[in-house]
Amino acid sequence: MSTAQVTPVKAPAKPNSRVGSILRARELPVTIALIALIGLTYAANPLFLSPQGTKDLLLNATIMIILAAGQTLLIITRNIDLSVGSMLGLVAYGTGTLFVMAEGIPIWIVFVIGILFGALLGLVNGLLVTVAKVPALVITLGTLYVFRGINNWWAGGTQYFADDRPDEFGNLAVDSFLGFPIITLIAILVVAVIAVILIGTRPGRDLYAIGSDPDAAILFGIKVQKRVLVAFLANGALAGLAGVLYAARFNSVGATTGTGMELNVVAAAVVGGVAIFGGSGSVIGAGLGALLLTTITGALTALRVDKFWQQAIVGILILAAILIDRLASLRTARKLKVSNSVEGAKQEETK
Amino acid sequence: MTSTETSASLTIASTSKTLSGEPKGRTGIARWLLSRDAIMIGILLATILLFSLTIPRFASPVTVGFLLLDVIPVLLIAMPMTLIIITGEIDLSVASIAGLTSASLGVMWAAGFDMGTAIAISIGIGIVAGAFNGFLVSVVGLPSLAVTIGTLALFRGLALVVIGDNAVANFPPEFTAFFTSKIGSTGIPTVMIGVLLIVVIFGMLLHFTPFGRGLYAMGYSKEAARFVGIDIVKSKFWLYVASGGVSALAGIYWTLRYSSARSDNASGLELTVVAAVLLGGVSIFGGKGSIPGVFAGVLLIGTINYALRLGRVSDVVLIIVTGTLLIVSVITPSIGAAFKRWAHDRRIRKELPEPSGSGTPGV
Repeated sequence: MSTAQVTPVKAPAKPNSRVGSILRARELPVTIALIALIGLTYAANPLFLSPQGTKDLLLNATIMIILAAGQTLLIITRNIDLSVGSMLGLVAYGTGTLFVMAEGIPIWIVFVIGILFGALLGLVNGLLVTVAKVPALVITLGTLYVFRGINNWWAGGTQYFADDRPDEFGNLAVDSFLGFPIITLIAILVVAVIAVILIGTRPGRDLYAIGSDPDAAILFGIKVQKRVLVAFLANGALAGLAGVLYAARFNSVGATTGTGMELNVVAAAVVGGVAIFGGSGSVIGAGLGALLLTTITGALTALRVDKFWQQAIVGILILAAILIDRLASLRTARKLKVSNSVEGAKQEETK
Repeated sequence: MTSTETSASLTIASTSKTLSGEPKGRTGIARWLLSRDAIMIGILLATILLFSLTIPRFASPVTVGFLLLDVIPVLLIAMPMTLIIITGEIDLSVASIAGLTSASLGVMWAAGFDMGTAIAISIGIGIVAGAFNGFLVSVVGLPSLAVTIGTLALFRGLALVVIGDNAVANFPPEFTAFFTSKIGSTGIPTVMIGVLLIVVIFGMLLHFTPFGRGLYAMGYSKEAARFVGIDIVKSKFWLYVASGGVSALAGIYWTLRYSSARSDNASGLELTVVAAVLLGGVSIFGGKGSIPGVFAGVLLIGTINYALRLGRVSDVVLIIVTGTLLIVSVITPSIGAAFKRWAHDRRIRKELPEPSGSGTPGV
């Protein structure tokens, strides 16, 4: 299913191809859903988009956006990382420990250590998957438990609270620049950088090739193992960044921080149009998916819908996203068939 | 690919003449003793023996009772999950179905339903939920991983809608007493009879019926399965229905054993079940695995966890064991396979004559 979806954007060079490609974009459904949700909620309750409301909305989405961006890199290559919640928990707790153990440590060093720690955990996943040639789903399910167990063992009953951290660090989640909280700007920057890498660089395009058809990618001379390893490394580093930001954003970090996040992250990517079998999707879509899923909670509260409906609606959204994706790929496949046969007929005529 | 095991069992099934000419591996008992199942069961027995010798109070009916009571939900759900993973699909919504059933059972009981009726309706809810999964995966043809992540959220959400953040706990004590009762002085829980019955049913279905062999074929190659006339859509649909039904049973067990119906009952259990099934030797790519192996896998995790808990290892740290076991169990075969390939290559290189310098071989 995937090979058909990567190419068609370029294939037909019709005059209206710009409009056509926007209409066919995989991010379109999630964008419409997001605009509709925000629009409806705003119409019903204007307070929803007050400066404070908007800020909360963005703050809530920040961590999920970063994690979904990392997950996208992996899902595009037909891999997955279920251990992100555990990695985030370990790094978040590590950040708390760092501030207590080494008082007065510069904040940028904390960020570097957190990202490196996450990258190390990602490297463990990546090595296990690429060297042992075992499916990522199984390995990362294993490391989900191992990392969480290490976190439990390390933290025990200890929790670090916001008072243990310097004010400037906590302010990252309070201060804003042009209306955007600082940590959300970091997330947006991450998405932008990854989007450029995926769209315009050789390693980025290679990831799509690997996900579309791993065997063909090998034949084509792509260093599949290396690329997948780097993708795991990058995902770990992003989970590390998210862990540090989590410690800045939330009041307490402890043994259970980030538990159960993994499936929400995958769901955010899927809602954003990243196909679970690899080869297609974009990091911007995944970011929008994360924003949509985290916005629902706030929107339902603003709409005074019973909060218990929130999770059921998330489920329905995920299913709707998969269905739309399926319909779109069926249509593309049919179009390709038609255009192929037309071209075939033309070639016959010229002979 | 270490596919000898399954392909061999398929061969026996079809007894085709063309394959009889191929070199045979070990047969009979020798073959079984080297199989993944036997190794799994061996490890389980060795573990139990080791703990009985080293940990005081381990070898007692009390151990048997608590250990089995704890593993029952995982063991139940692992049965349909094994069959589903063998076909190359997955069902991540099982724990949410159990949670939804538990919540509905609680609400119906609180509303004054008769217990029998409430249980029957709860099982019905599980079956409908399973059929919904089955429809989306087999009839519509959506990827099961994505679909069941969606229904995981949906069913858990419906559980919240049904019961909110209330809990129903006033179940009659005789139900809880029944679910924790033991058979005589053996320490084996009475409900284990029912659980074993389900294990046997799924085992028979998978290993001794054409339907079961069809599942292996589907996991091996979907195209080939279709060409030999297996109704993939129907088989997968009914597997998801079974998965929903059994998850409902697990939810009912959970509710009555702990005498508590809450929306978050059994949450996170889906990954435990998948881990146990994979540890039991089922391949995530499908086409490989067995019920005895999974049975041993589930009990192995349960035994180790229980023993370490007796040895005062903190509960929360124990999940490291589950994770490590899972990783080791999937890495070992692939390291073994790599070693075999290396040995094979070396042998072939020795047997073949040295390539003559820079001569261009064949054109």
